[in-house]
Amino acid sequence: MSYHLNFAVVGRYFGRLGWGLALSLELAAIGIAAGVVIGLALALFAQGRGRVVRTLIAAYVEFFRNVPLILLVYLVFYGIPSVGGFAYSATTSFIITLSLYAGAYLVEVFRAGLDAIPRGLIDAGRAIGLTPWQRTAYVQAPTMLRIVLPSLSNAFISLFKDTAIASVIAVPELTYGANWIYTNTFRIIEVYSVVTPMYLVTGWTLLLLLRQLERRFALRRA
Amino acid sequence: MTAMIKALPFLWQGLLVTLQISAIVVVIALVLGVLFGTALTYAPRWVAWPVRAYSDIARGLPLITLIFFVYYAMPALKVNVGGWWAAVSALAAFETAHVSEVTRGALQSIHPGQTEAGRAIGLTFAQRMLYVIFPQALRRFLPPWINTVVDTVKGSALVSLVGIVDLMLAVQQVIGRTFQPLPLYVLGAAIYFVINYTLSQLSRRLEARFAYVRE
Repeated sequence: MSYHLNFAVVGRYFGRLGWGLALSLELAAIGIAAGVVIGLALALFAQGRGRVVRTLIAAYVEFFRNVPLILLVYLVFYGIPSVGGFAYSATTSFIITLSLYAGAYLVEVFRAGLDAIPRGLIDAGRAIGLTPWQRTAYVQAPTMLRIVLPSLSNAFISLFKDTAIASVIAVPELTYGANWIYTNTFRIIEVYSVVTPMYLVTGWTLLLLLRQLERRFALRRA
Repeated sequence: MTAMIKALPFLWQGLLVTLQISAIVVVIALVLGVLFGTALTYAPRWVAWPVRAYSDIARGLPLITLIFFVYYAMPALKVNVGGWWAAVSALAAFETAHVSEVTRGALQSIHPGQTEAGRAIGLTFAQRMLYVIFPQALRRFLPPWINTVVDTVKGSALVSLVGIVDLMLAVQQVIGRTFQPLPLYVLGAAIYFVINYTLSQLSRRLEARFAYVRE
């Protein structure tokens, strides 16, 4: 093998990777926050509604779950502005896509969470005279959040990895930074032997922290 | 509208490439994934540990990063297998790791008493797997495995980034000539949707059918 390693170039451009990782995490955080809002709102809204509402929500969920994320990213960034007569930055466009994508996954998670709430809890809320709105806010929501917490942390880590797709529309996150260094220096092995541990260590650290959080908030069932 | 109709034969070629790549990856990932998943569950530590490391690394990286890396690093390391195999093997490595975990989950869901009973009547390891464990684990395996097939079809869109003219790249090439991004992206999305929605419905139906009350 006649390949000579030269890590100096990675050191010189490390800022692109460091800031790239920060942006990846930021995108994932915004994505999960927006996804929770969308998912929770739709799951609560669908409760006890008729077939039309449920079908519309199902159409949204199934569309986003069954189309490749990269196509959704192109669709939102290139497709929609081409007829809408407006434009947004690549980062904004990716945030919109990732939020809708996360929302579609989380509607299902929250719906399952609502179903998993013991029936007796809601009856108890009714028995002590809580209004429907109070039952949602004080009984259903807090219980469900604790039930779905493991799914939320998995979704967050998954979104963190999905942010790499943003590189295809030149959002300067970690994979874009890696490809930038590669195109400008041709030092592929060096760049990726730094980027790979960055993804892995960040992902595993997040996992470890989130598992702690889950343990702290786990429901203790009688 | 006419642009879309004219584009159809070209998109059809792309779709065939998407289906071909997905099929190859699904087969490789099924064979290796079941093998690795069985190793994760039953093999001694010195076998299981490297498999665990492989699975955690492959699942911990974004697929797009894995594809870029394998595609660009192979020539740098003087491994000349061509771009097509580089992309396919990256996708296969990723999906194999996911199928291993699905297999492990399915195998672990089988009560240890089944293994003990098999051992008690003198079945060898291979016999226990073949006649006792696998048939029971199958119903736990199939629904999540079909979901990995959906992920494979979706993930295969990323091979477009290294110049393989699959459905995704075919859509973009048509857009490059017609300058009508929206209708063509929607058409592309619809094609992916039909394939994946059919598969996910199958998975859901199997799951409902296989669900049984545990004692």
